[in-house]
Amino acid sequence: MGFFDKLGLSRLKEGLSKTRDTLKEKLAFVSKGKTEVDDEFLEELENILVAADVGVETTLDIVDAITERSKGKTYRSEEELNEMVMEEIRKLLVESSHDHPVDFDAPLSAKPYVIMIVGVNGAGKTTSVAKLAHNYDKAGKKVVIAAADTFRAAAYEQLKIWADRAGVPIIGQGQGADPASVVFDSVSSAVSKGTDVVLVDTAGRLHNKSHLMEELAKIMRVAKKKIPEAPHEVLLVLDGTTGQNAVQQAREFTKFVNVTGLVVTKLDGTSKGGIVLSISRELNLPVKYIGVGEKIDDLQLFDRSSFVEALLEKENGKAEE
Amino acid sequence: MFDNLSDKLELTFKKLAGQATINEVNIGIAMRDIKRALLSADVNYKVAKKLVEDIREKSLGESVIKSVSPAQMIVKIVNDELTEIMGGENQPLNLPPKKIPAIVMVAGLQGSGKTTFCAKLAKRLKKNGKNPILVAADVYRPAAIEQLRTLGEQIDVPVFSVEEPDAMKAALGGLEAAKSGAKDVVIVDTAGRLQIDEVMMAEAEALKNRLSPDELLFVVDSMMGQEAVNTAKAFNDRLDFDGVVLTKLDGDARGGAALSIRQVVEKPIKFMSVGEKVDDLDVFYPDRMAQRILGMGDIVSFVEKAQETLDLEKTMQMQSKLMKNEFDLDDFFDQLQQLKKMGSIQGLIEMVPGLNKMVPKQDLENIDFKPIEAMISSMTKLERKQPEIINGSRRQRIAHGSGTRVQEVNMLLKQFSEMKKMMRSVNRLAKSGRKITTENLALDKFLKR
Ligand SMILES: Nc1nc2c(ncn2[C@@H]2O[C@H](COP(=O)(O)OP(=O)(O)O)[C@@H](O)[C@H]2O)c(=O)[nH]1
Ligand SMILES: Nc1nc2c(ncn2[C@@H]2O[C@H](COP(=O)(O)OP(=O)(O)O)[C@@H](O)[C@H]2O)c(=O)[nH]1
Ligand SMILES: [Mg+2]
Ligand SMILES: [Mg+2]
Repeated sequence: MGFFDKLGLSRLKEGLSKTRDTLKEKLAFVSKGKTEVDDEFLEELENILVAADVGVETTLDIVDAITERSKGKTYRSEEELNEMVMEEIRKLLVESSHDHPVDFDAPLSAKPYVIMIVGVNGAGKTTSVAKLAHNYDKAGKKVVIAAADTFRAAAYEQLKIWADRAGVPIIGQGQGADPASVVFDSVSSAVSKGTDVVLVDTAGRLHNKSHLMEELAKIMRVAKKKIPEAPHEVLLVLDGTTGQNAVQQAREFTKFVNVTGLVVTKLDGTSKGGIVLSISRELNLPVKYIGVGEKIDDLQLFDRSSFVEALLEKENGKAEE
Repeated sequence: MFDNLSDKLELTFKKLAGQATINEVNIGIAMRDIKRALLSADVNYKVAKKLVEDIREKSLGESVIKSVSPAQMIVKIVNDELTEIMGGENQPLNLPPKKIPAIVMVAGLQGSGKTTFCAKLAKRLKKNGKNPILVAADVYRPAAIEQLRTLGEQIDVPVFSVEEPDAMKAALGGLEAAKSGAKDVVIVDTAGRLQIDEVMMAEAEALKNRLSPDELLFVVDSMMGQEAVNTAKAFNDRLDFDGVVLTKLDGDARGGAALSIRQVVEKPIKFMSVGEKVDDLDVFYPDRMAQRILGMGDIVSFVEKAQETLDLEKTMQMQSKLMKNEFDLDDFFDQLQQLKKMGSIQGLIEMVPGLNKMVPKQDLENIDFKPIEAMISSMTKLERKQPEIINGSRRQRIAHGSGTRVQEVNMLLKQFSEMKKMMRSVNRLAKSGRKITTENLALDKFLKR
């Protein structure tokens, strides 16, 4: 079972706060009975990170940093050693800026506040839009969903079902329509109706297809015609099972649209999503939310500590033996 | 730092180049780099470790041959090893001809491309004279049935579904519908599921037991990372599937997951999905995938696909024009139309060694054909014949006349000249009988600068 299941998916922050005891148990593997960093320790750490899709370069950098920092040191306890390791890894994860609050209750800098959701095919964009809509709605914000995936078969129907479940309105024009025009409609409607948040679901696109990437840029331009600052946020949805290609995805998407943060999905599975360390480091992009299931409630605020703990959790390694 | 395995290996072998024989020391360096490169291609770390050990053994064993450099030898050993793991021949779909209806079932993680694949397969079977029916046994995902139905309409294949959220009922109903409707192949689309979701895995298992599919295919995203192998293994332990479908290969992931799955699960990869459209399906060629993981391109697929779709006569004309350096913008336009017919041009470019490096990032597929048409028709006949003469003021006129921007005209002309250069290189190589490899193309381009 993945780490995030074990939290019982209890909502958000409170669900992610953990006691020192569980922490110790979870991490016993890296430093089982150890209070110093030796070769065996480093090798195991390296394997764990690579197996979590952290990627070779970032893994080696982490290992180097830990070697450097622990030189000649003996730690008082396993826990202290663990904490040092986790701190080094946490450092790589940038935090969200205040202009783009993660908390759904927080006041937003604009009204309507336009959030565009982008990513490759099947990453979990539509489901994430639904989850975000649900959360903003629960926080008392007035939401509208823009159905700007006009390409995929039954994309509108899928989103409509989700919008109904979240109890928020949806604006769309059907398959084959111009996505930019859907966005323009939605933003216009939001302006006139005093809507707080516009969530734009877009079609999946592989980052190496520049005509599709251009289309995204165009959607952004059209949104700006109505509100110059829009979209206020662009969230890149990454499938948490993705390997090294995720970095390339993030690179390309950030070239075409100003991505402000990541949503990492499918972390209820056995993948750890370690590639976000490389992405965060290279592109300075914070992870804002994680998807931990297929239901509307299965979205959590990203918590660096829990994420790093999960990354280092043993069971992944064990399952493969 | 390195985009792909071949770049990395190139560097590794440069390091080895000065040394005449393979020895414990230089092989050590090479193996470390090969391992890192494999990991960067998403080959599972355990598989990579084992692979590197095998390669080391083989390399040391062959150190006696003097006529080749260590680098060349190791490249060959790595390539052979990967190809062997990927499996020898392409394995076709195995539908018993006498069994009517034959049954295909798919399974896999969420969003991997199962539904799209089902439609693609139906279309392919139909083209081969079969009479398939699609069955919507994903009863959970919002509008999953509607999605399959829409795809079914596109390819004119009927879709069976039920109202209630009961996958078994849908599957068995679909089977009945096939029998009464004289369908000869039933393709059962199922919901995405995590291998650790006991309830959902039990559902898949029950479906398998009741349907006894002739082909149970595991559909997996080629972008998947280290967990691909554990996921595949868990599905296989539970469902004992018959083959694998690798999707989203129109992306630029190296697809090391395929290698790990092949190595650990030992089931053939039968198809590759290369796009969102219903035609974007290809049978799987193990040797070519090995090369893709290595980043060495795939000239064979390119040539074959080109032969299938291109208007041969036109191509010949084009080639002779190229040889005589008479290729102009009218021909360019024709050529683009032809390439467009071939499906994913980006995919094709990726397949050709060298092309992926040489074609500018604004790749051909991404050309919106309308403005190009407009630009070319805003040119004078002379301009089309001799694009060199298109100077600044002409560019402005063309942009104005075609409702485009000067930058777009610049881009078109740049792409045209790139393409011309590249095609000349390809032609020269073909003519001289040299292999079309990245190195030879680069060399040729350099010499004929
Ligand atoms: N297990 C799991 N499945 C998810 C999650 N998010 C999305 N999915 C599933 O992934 C598939 C693709 O999701 P969808 O939102 O349609 O992706 P899109 O193509 O990017 O819009 C669907 O089957 C979703 O139910 C998640 O966090 N966990
Ligand atoms: N680019 C690309 N997209 C694909 C491919 N196969 C499927 N897709 C897209 O991936 C997403 C998920 O596909 P779907 O068939 O719904 O996956 P399922 O959840 O496994 O049934 C959709 O947006 C598809 O259009 C492929 O080979 N290439
Ligand atoms: Mg979607
Ligand atoms: Mg599906």
